Amino acid sequence: MNLSRPARITLRIAAALGFAVIYVPLFLVLVNSLNPDRSSGWPPPGLTFEWWADAWHSSGARDALWTSVKAGLGATAIALVLGTLIAFACQRYRFFGRDAISFVVVLPIALPGIVTGVALNTAFRTVLEPLGVGLGLFTVIVGHATFCIVVVFNNVIARLRRMPGSYEEAAMDLGAHSFRTYLDITFPLVRSALVAGGLLAFALSFDEIVVTTFTAGPGIQTLPVWIFSNMARPQQAPVVNVVAAVLVLLSVIPIYLAQRLSSDTASGSRI
Amino acid sequence: MTDTAPAAGPVRRLAGALYRRPRLQLSLLLSAPTAWLVLAYLGSLTVLFLSAFWTTDSFTSNVVKIWNTDNFTALFTTDVYRQVALRSVGVALAVTALCVLIAFPIAFYTARIAHPRWRPLLVVAILTPLWASYLVKAYAWRLILAQGGLLDWVLGPLGLKGPGYGLTATVLVLTYLWLPYMILPIHAGLEQLPDSLLDASADLGARTGRTFRSVVLPMILPSVAAGSVFTFSLSLGDYIAVQIVGGKTQLIGNLIYSNITLDLPLAAALGTVPVVIIVLYLLAVRRTGALSSL
Repeated sequence: MNLSRPARITLRIAAALGFAVIYVPLFLVLVNSLNPDRSSGWPPPGLTFEWWADAWHSSGARDALWTSVKAGLGATAIALVLGTLIAFACQRYRFFGRDAISFVVVLPIALPGIVTGVALNTAFRTVLEPLGVGLGLFTVIVGHATFCIVVVFNNVIARLRRMPGSYEEAAMDLGAHSFRTYLDITFPLVRSALVAGGLLAFALSFDEIVVTTFTAGPGIQTLPVWIFSNMARPQQAPVVNVVAAVLVLLSVIPIYLAQRLSSDTASGSRI
Repeated sequence: MTDTAPAAGPVRRLAGALYRRPRLQLSLLLSAPTAWLVLAYLGSLTVLFLSAFWTTDSFTSNVVKIWNTDNFTALFTTDVYRQVALRSVGVALAVTALCVLIAFPIAFYTARIAHPRWRPLLVVAILTPLWASYLVKAYAWRLILAQGGLLDWVLGPLGLKGPGYGLTATVLVLTYLWLPYMILPIHAGLEQLPDSLLDASADLGARTGRTFRSVVLPMILPSVAAGSVFTFSLSLGDYIAVQIVGGKTQLIGNLIYSNITLDLPLAAALGTVPVVIIVLYLLAVRRTGALSSL
């Protein structure tokens, strides 16, 4: 585009400012984890690693991290199975209600988290509690899986759309039955889409707070819930700062993994 | 692949039997996910919204299953609820508008001005904050906006003060949180814009401003609409960021949250407000054809 010189310069400056605004808060979180001032005042009077040592020994943060990992793995496993099943059904078959199904898949993530959370909470209490199953880690996993299905579904169906059916036909012509065709041909072709979908699902679950608040039983704290409940406590502030800094640093991992996966996977978009 | 000779084992017979019955295959594929999504999820949503027509015993806070529309009457006649609903929609619209304003230069620079070698790196730079925790980002802004925080420190020499916690802070933080969801679709739209159209516009004598208004803007409008679905609906349902930086500000999410334990039917009735608005918004956006490009 033949932009006039002033327009080009203005856009450059605006973009630079925009990127600065995006990164200043993240950078601040990193610096603040080293801030010796307990009330996180600015500018920091010096730098210290004391809080990192404190955070390492904080049992609350560790337990919460472990709970988050368990919930994320459970929800991802369920979402991988259910999302793949729906993707295959919607891509390979024509049936009544196909559009409705692909709409319902999106619904849990499109509606406000609080609506989904309250709905699941009421359902769990009326259906599960008479059976002797209270709210706990299990209900968190169920809640998370519900809104994680969509990311697996999107990734797998995008891959299936692009995959020529001739590979599978060739395998069958050579005498492979449907299961063998799936194991030897179809699965290797959708594998990277499954990895990408699983990665997104885990990240989504790991970051979720609203649905977790309503589906977690007493004593079950995921990392976001732990951060949220400790954020306002002055004596816990330094440890929260460190945990926040760790989470900022960890967010580089999925970016790196997504870049290594094939480019057609929706590496960035969470939806 | 050693067993190329088709031995009619039980696995092969099962595979063959399934292959001849596509309807059975389909029902096997769909039974578990539909049970989960339709029965468990849609079922509990339906029960929740039906419970909006129930009422609560004011002494015991127990739900009384008597059919009435009191909650909806309260919703439409109580000033506080109306104000909060309007404020929430206003916040969601303001966040969307701010996101468009900030996202456009970033997306334009990344897609069309930056040196092609740097473009993939810039896209990664846009994506990275998406993976950083929602709560951490809101928390970072709590620190920035705090009294004596970074913003006060920056504005202090100019004789200004930061907005502190409140409605302005809420709009700022929500804008920051959902900004990448707006940059990405606009970036994708700008990337697909053919150079020939821009050249043609210039050849016909249009200057930058005119080309922007008559060519670029109409072409990326669906992308903006797609991005606005996220910024609008995510802002409308939020109550966590408001609690962190909103001070005493209340949005519709906070009202729902504060009523859940004491008056679930009222909370359910309040919950219909964002759901109805979001569905209407989705239907309106669908007319622009933006949803098919999501």
